[in-house]
Amino acid sequence: MTPAAPPAAAKRAGLRAWIYKRFPVEEFISSQLTGYYAPKNFNFWYFFGSLALLVLVLQLVTGIFLTMFYKPGEATSFDSIEFIMREVQWGWLIRYLHSSGASLFFIIVYLHMFRALLYGSYKAPRELLWLIGMLVYFALMAEAFLGYVLPWGNMSFWGAQVIVNLFGTIPMIGPGLVEWIRGDYGIADATLNRFFALHVAAVPLGILLLVVLHLVALHETGSNNPDGIEIKERVGADGHPLDGIPFHPYYTVKDIVGVGVMFVLLAIVVFFVPTFGGLFLEPANFEPANPMSTPEHIAPVWYFTPYYAILRAVPDQRLGALLMFLSVALFVFLPWLDRSPVKSMRYRGPLSRMALAIFVVCFVALGYLGLQPAEGLYVILARIFACGYFGFFLLMYWYSHIDKVKAVPERVVFHGHP
Amino acid sequence: MADGVIGDSQVDKSRRVFLTAATATTGAIGVAFALVPFISSWMPSERARAFGAPAELDLSKVEPGQMVMVIWRKQPIYVVRRTPAMLASLAGHDDRLKDPTSAHSDQPPYAKNVQRARKGEYLVLIGICTHLGCLPKQRFEPGFAELGADWPGGFFCPCHGSRFDLAGRVFDGSPASVNLRVPPYAFANDQTLVIGVDAANQKGAA
Repeated sequence: MTPAAPPAAAKRAGLRAWIYKRFPVEEFISSQLTGYYAPKNFNFWYFFGSLALLVLVLQLVTGIFLTMFYKPGEATSFDSIEFIMREVQWGWLIRYLHSSGASLFFIIVYLHMFRALLYGSYKAPRELLWLIGMLVYFALMAEAFLGYVLPWGNMSFWGAQVIVNLFGTIPMIGPGLVEWIRGDYGIADATLNRFFALHVAAVPLGILLLVVLHLVALHETGSNNPDGIEIKERVGADGHPLDGIPFHPYYTVKDIVGVGVMFVLLAIVVFFVPTFGGLFLEPANFEPANPMSTPEHIAPVWYFTPYYAILRAVPDQRLGALLMFLSVALFVFLPWLDRSPVKSMRYRGPLSRMALAIFVVCFVALGYLGLQPAEGLYVILARIFACGYFGFFLLMYWYSHIDKVKAVPERVVFHGHP
Repeated sequence: MADGVIGDSQVDKSRRVFLTAATATTGAIGVAFALVPFISSWMPSERARAFGAPAELDLSKVEPGQMVMVIWRKQPIYVVRRTPAMLASLAGHDDRLKDPTSAHSDQPPYAKNVQRARKGEYLVLIGICTHLGCLPKQRFEPGFAELGADWPGGFFCPCHGSRFDLAGRVFDGSPASVNLRVPPYAFANDQTLVIGVDAANQKGAA
């Protein structure tokens, strides 16, 4: 016991000590950030994980503010969106950030997934990391669909109609299931209200939980890298990987650059082209939902169009729905379809490289075709590209096995900056 | 063994396994029962059921050759009392129809025939164009001026020009690809049409 008051610095240390004794702050920072070693050869493709996390935060914050002004209901939804756009102070900005953020989220997630295809990040020992990531993707698709219905424009209504009716193609339980989802005999007030609850509470909570699990799994195995070499296998005298550097400050600083670029691009969209030529916000959604009038062309937002093109390419509705669900689900099986002894495309042979190139072409082409009317040449092209799409996955078991591979170096390829 | 701590050798493992399994099973059954109200809450509410109830129509007020529109579940239902001449007009143009036997169209099994009806006299259709959802107009007179001399009488959609005959079957050259849909319906008696149920004694919302 000292009679004099302790100096300010010591007081802070005292408080810090008090907290640290009761909560593992230091352990968390050192195990997850300053003492978490990531490969030193990360490149451009490694921006998108942290950017996805940032966009999730952006969507949560803008979403919470939109909920303060939005009124779910057949009679109120459309008007409340107009109210946000015209009368709420800065409401237009918050809403455009949220609507553009949705598209941005998918751009980032697709690039993030492509990175995994490019460098074999789904392969052992990261299968669970990949599976949890796929669950995040599925939850994100559900979240985007549910959110798209909320403005209750005419495309919201008919999009909901088409997607919900897909469940009606399931044998036996289909019709009952559709009625259960809608809560009425058509897409109605009940449907809108439950979609709102799912969009603002249930699915975001699920996504947050899955993202935490995704990070836990990532930090258990450590990141893959462009060379597909396990850096943990070569450890220096200090016990840290020779080819690893602490995530903080090295990659936090790198990621901040990515954040800056991303916000510039987002600002350009939000301020100059918020509808992005009808791709981010479709023209038909600027008129209220009308059960008596279908939009000229029903097309989902761009991030679903590759799968939508597959749905429409099949003449039989039930088979089409099945193939569409399969086309999304096939990603799940990648860790077991890919039998290549190496991870990264850098050391794979021509078959794997060609297959990946064909897949990217097919995915983009299907995305374009899904926006076009389903007639004539478009349908034939969609069938061809759908074959390419499925071929990438189904033939992988074969071509990844027989493909020539190059020798993988022992250490990652890294050129220091002059 | 100090202070009442039980050693491994004293533990009755099988008893412990049984109790764990029994507790888990009871808990799982409890969760399953607890799910029922939550899942059921998504079914159509009493209000939705009431609004979706079958619609009745007194047929004695429908003249031969006349069409009346009934609203059922927010959809316009066309009811046409067809004359023998109108029924005769259904024959002879099968080669100009996309789906003359209604094989690819949506209707209850009892309406999957040439007349697309339970009783030939009464045609019951959902009045929403199968192309893009407009309301087809009645053009019942044969040879209607805009529709050509060989027009047998039927429906014409003003939005994109889909044409249907007096059984709601779509003509070649229409943007619509399937026939107009037939809702479930039944006759409670000779004069009462019930729309929304497959059998007149069926209760409530189907």
